[in-house]
Amino acid sequence: MAASTRSTRPPRPLARPEARGGSGDHTFGVVGAVAALLLAAVLAVVALSVVRIAWPSIKASGLSFVTESRWDPLHGVHGALSFLWGTVVTSVVALLLAVPVGLGVAVFLTDLGPRNLRRPVSSLVELLAAIPGVVYGLWAALVVAPLLRTTVEPWLGVLGGPLFRGPPLGVGLLCASLVLAIMVLPTVASVSRDVLRAVPSELREGALALGATPWDVVRLVVFPHARRGIFGVVLLAFGRAVGETMAVAAVVGSRADISTSLFAPGYTMSSVIANEFPVASSDLHVAALAEIGVLLFVVTVAFNAGARILVTRSRKLEPGAA
Amino acid sequence: MTPDLESTYLERKIAARAATFAAAGAVVLALVPLFAIAAYVAQRGASALSLAFFTEPIGLHGSGMANAIVGTVELVFLASAMAIPAGIAAGLYLSEFRRTPLARGARFAADVLAGVPSILVGVVVYATVVVRMKHFSAFAGAASLAIVMLPLVTRTTDTLARTVPDSLREAALALGVSRWRTAIFVVLRTAAPGIRSGCMLAVARVCGETAPLLFTAYNSRFYNESLFDPTSTLQVQIFTYTMTPNDDWHAQAWAAALVLVAIVVLLSVLARRLLADKEAW
Repeated sequence: MAASTRSTRPPRPLARPEARGGSGDHTFGVVGAVAALLLAAVLAVVALSVVRIAWPSIKASGLSFVTESRWDPLHGVHGALSFLWGTVVTSVVALLLAVPVGLGVAVFLTDLGPRNLRRPVSSLVELLAAIPGVVYGLWAALVVAPLLRTTVEPWLGVLGGPLFRGPPLGVGLLCASLVLAIMVLPTVASVSRDVLRAVPSELREGALALGATPWDVVRLVVFPHARRGIFGVVLLAFGRAVGETMAVAAVVGSRADISTSLFAPGYTMSSVIANEFPVASSDLHVAALAEIGVLLFVVTVAFNAGARILVTRSRKLEPGAA
Repeated sequence: MTPDLESTYLERKIAARAATFAAAGAVVLALVPLFAIAAYVAQRGASALSLAFFTEPIGLHGSGMANAIVGTVELVFLASAMAIPAGIAAGLYLSEFRRTPLARGARFAADVLAGVPSILVGVVVYATVVVRMKHFSAFAGAASLAIVMLPLVTRTTDTLARTVPDSLREAALALGVSRWRTAIFVVLRTAAPGIRSGCMLAVARVCGETAPLLFTAYNSRFYNESLFDPTSTLQVQIFTYTMTPNDDWHAQAWAAALVLVAIVVLLSVLARRLLADKEAW
C-alpha cells in the first residue's frame, strides 16, 4: 500500500492505487498455486496408491487377470473377467434404456415441448439426480426386485431367448441395469439438452422458414448437427454407469459368474470392491480388488475424457457442478 | 439433402405430432421413478419415523439413528471445511491465471478427479489414512468426502469466475486495483451467488455419498468420542440395513432415507432457487 510519489496522480481514484506485483498479488498467486497443486497432488496420490496396493496382484497374475473368469479368493484364484462382464452388461443395458428416454426428454425441453412446461420438467429431472445412490439401492432392493421376481421376470421369461432364461430371482443383472438406467437418465437428459440447445437458432429458423415441421427440424437439422455431442453424452453416461457402486451392490446379486441371461445374479467391478474390500481374506485378495480398481480408474477416465472432448466442443457453456 | 421430398405436408404434420407425443412419453417415463421413489420414501419413511429415531442411538429393535444423523452432519461439515476454501482458491486461480501450465494441469486434474468413482477414493483413503492410523475414523471419512467435493467446488468456481466479463476486471485494474483485490472483490464477489449455489450442490452431493465411507468412517453404534473414532452415518446405515433380511431394520432404513432425501433435496432445491433468483435463464 505504498503511496505513489508521483505528482500526476489521478484525482480521487475509487480504490487506492497500489504497486503492481505487490506482496498481496504475490500471496494471491502463491495461495492459488498451492490450491491448484493440491488438486494435482490428490489425483496423483489416488492414482499412484491404487496402483501401489494393486502391485502384488499385477505382478502375480499379469494379463491373465482380465482373461481368467474364476474368482476364488480362498484358493488364491483372482480373475476379473466376470466383473468386467457384469459391468459391461449392466452399463450397456442401462444405456439402451436411458439414452432414448433421455434424448426424448432433451428434445422435449429444447424443441418439441410446450414452453411453459420446460422449466418444471427440467427441475424435476434434476431432482432425480439429487437422490443419493443408497436410496436408489434401498428402493431397488425392497420394491423393484420383488416386483421383477413376481411379475416382470415371469412375463419376460415367456419371451425366452438367451437374455431371459433361468429362475426369476428379482435381484440380478436386469435389476441392476434398470436402476442404473434410472440413475444415469438425468445426466443424459440434462447434458443432451445443453448439447441440443447449442445448435445455432439460425439453423432452426432457416429450416422452419422452408416449411419444416418442428420434428423435421429436430430430425434433419438439430440431431445431425449435434451428432458428436450426443455421442459424447453416451460416453459420459457410460462412465457414470460404470462407476456407480451402492445401488448396484444392493441388487446385482453378488455372484462372480458369467451368464448371458439378464435374470442371473452377477457382479460389477465397483460393487465387488464395496462388498469384499472390508472383509478381504488375504493380502493378495486386497491387491486383486485394488487391481479391479485400477481397471475401473482407467475405464472411467478414458470414457470421461472422450466425453469431455466431444461435449465441450459442441456446447458453448459448461455447467459447473453437473 | 432432405430424404423425404415425397412425403406430403399432412404426413409430416402427423409425424411431428407423433414425435411430440413420443417426447412427452419420454418425460412421463423419466418421471415415473421419481414419483415412485418419492412416494415410497415418504410413505414408508414417515410411518417408521418417531421421536426416538432422532434421540436414540442405533440399537437393536425400534430404536433410533441419532448418532448416524450426527455422524453425517459432522462428516459433511468437516469435509466442507476442508474442500470449500481450497476449492474456491483453486478455482479462482484457474480462472485468473487460466493460461499458465499449472492452471491447465490443475483443470485437467479436477476433471479427471470428478470422474473417478468415489469407491476408489475410499480405497485410497483406507490405504493411506486408515491403515496408518490403525483404525477407522471420522477424520478418514471426512477426508474422503473432501476429495469427492474438491473438484466439484473447483470446477464451479472456475466456470463461474470465467463468466465474469473481462471488462469488469479491466475496469478495476485501470483504477489501479491490484490483481488479488480484483480477483477477490470484483471477480469472486460478482460470481458469488453462483459459487454459493455450486457449493450447496456439492454439499448435497456428498451428503448422499456412501461408497467412500464404507471403509473409512466405517460404522458404529455409539456417538464417537473423538474425530479418530469410527463413525456411523445415515448413508452407510441405510446400506447396512438394506442388505439385511429384517423388516424392522428395513423400516429404519426407510426412515433414514426419508431424512437423508429431505436434507439433500432441500439443499439442492434451495441452491437452484437462489441461483434462479439471481439470473433467469
